[in-house]
Amino acid sequence: MTAPNPAPPMIKMAGVDKFFGPLHVLKNVNLEVPKGQVVVVLGPSGSGKSTLCRTINRLEPINSGTIEVDGQPLPAEGKELARLRADVGMVFQSFNLFAHKSIVDNVLLAPTKVRKVPSNEALEHATELLERVGIANQAEKFPAQLSGGQQQRAAIARALAMRPKVMLFDEPTSALDPEMVQEVLDVMTTLAKEGMTMLVVTHEMGFARKAADRVIFMADGEIVEDSTPTEFFSAPKSNRAKDFLGKILTH
Amino acid sequence: MSVLTNFSSLFLSAFGTTLKLFAFSAVGSLILGTFLAMLRVSPVPVFRAAATTYVGMLRNTPLTLVFFFFTFAYPLLKILKLDPDPTAIVALTLYTSAFVCEVVRSGINTVPVGQAEASRALGLTFSQMLASVVLPQALRAVVPPLVSTMIALLKNTTVAAGFSVQDAGSISYSLSEAGADTLVGLGWVAFFFVLLVIPLTLLQRSLEKRWSVAR
Ligand SMILES: Nc1ncnc2c1ncn2[C@@H]1O[C@H](COP(=O)(O)OP(=O)(O)OP(=O)(O)O)[C@@H](O)[C@H]1O
Ligand SMILES: [Mg+2]
Repeated sequence: MTAPNPAPPMIKMAGVDKFFGPLHVLKNVNLEVPKGQVVVVLGPSGSGKSTLCRTINRLEPINSGTIEVDGQPLPAEGKELARLRADVGMVFQSFNLFAHKSIVDNVLLAPTKVRKVPSNEALEHATELLERVGIANQAEKFPAQLSGGQQQRAAIARALAMRPKVMLFDEPTSALDPEMVQEVLDVMTTLAKEGMTMLVVTHEMGFARKAADRVIFMADGEIVEDSTPTEFFSAPKSNRAKDFLGKILTH
Repeated sequence: MSVLTNFSSLFLSAFGTTLKLFAFSAVGSLILGTFLAMLRVSPVPVFRAAATTYVGMLRNTPLTLVFFFFTFAYPLLKILKLDPDPTAIVALTLYTSAFVCEVVRSGINTVPVGQAEASRALGLTFSQMLASVVLPQALRAVVPPLVSTMIALLKNTTVAAGFSVQDAGSISYSLSEAGADTLVGLGWVAFFFVLLVIPLTLLQRSLEKRWSVAR
């Protein structure tokens, strides 16, 4: 008998399998992310990184295994799942800002509709967040009127408006022009320093070295390596990781 | 001109009735049609099947038959007695809602799936997602076909004349009973329909213009 752990991991995946038809996309994935940790997920295209990310808030249901967020198993689709998702922020590669709403309304929608935060309080928080990501002066514009970097920062503000316990990022800078990558990474780095629990799928090695506590390397739906950034970049254990790093670093 | 001046009160009351049928059926069919479209994309299979069946039936039935049903078959059910005008509104609403449903559904299909995913990831429920994110964008995308459906509804109101409603479609009967020139009278009827369509077209243009900036 062990004493019950007072603080459950923020994310816990145990024996997770996921299929797309005959395709085995996640193979017996086990992963625990403690509160406050910043995990970078690396791996070649098609290795299941996005799928891993999307199973954590059940945008993709899994075929077997269990997933818990902050000690709470993911419920089936419905009100309870919606409540849990409200605590899990997600940032997409393609931003997915609500096209018909201004930037500030994008940030306000979920807090007022889901959390029923009074509108003046929500507006105050939204303004603060937009200032924090550096686009307070764009608040009244529509998403299509912003640059990619600004849109992605707005999307981060929108996720933070729900005061999430954990943030998931699926290649947040991959759709951006090179000169806009850094402004988004800066916001993420600050967030990491402030103690946010983060799971970040990215190809930005600089971010992984600087902001990550832990690097997970995936290949063919499996977690192949799980180590610190220093360990991973200086002495990868598996051949696949060596191969991957060779390709990435020569770019 | 004499037809119009001699029968001005007939024209006024008939077009008044036409406008009443149109206004009630337009509001009713937009609401019911949008609701049906929500059912058609619902995750609940029974809802989807029910809405699909409804749309399939109403869209494939001639409007006259829908009127026949509500005028002759429905009273036999002895649920609630309806006068000719409300009967016409019910028939027009149910019939038009099937078309509105299909237009709105095609609009929903134009909304990128990322919009729904972002909503779900933020904790919006299915109905919140539809109401706040998907439907507003879907409706913006289908203004022209939706207005066309409403123009068709306006013209379809004349079918009611065959079922004891004194609307614009009945003007020619009244004129011929009174021995007036029905051909000239019909010309005027057509002219007033053209006038009634103009505000709908203007509405379409202003909505398209207003919403084009937002994308
Ligand atoms: N909705 C889907 N239906 C069928 N197959 C899918 C679906 N989504 C992903 N896949 C497949 O699952 C595998 C893993 O996809 P995933 O998107 O998780 O990879 P990834 O590591 O994120 O790749 P990338 O770096 O290209 O984004 C791929 O082979 C992909 O083709
Ligand atoms: Mg991916």
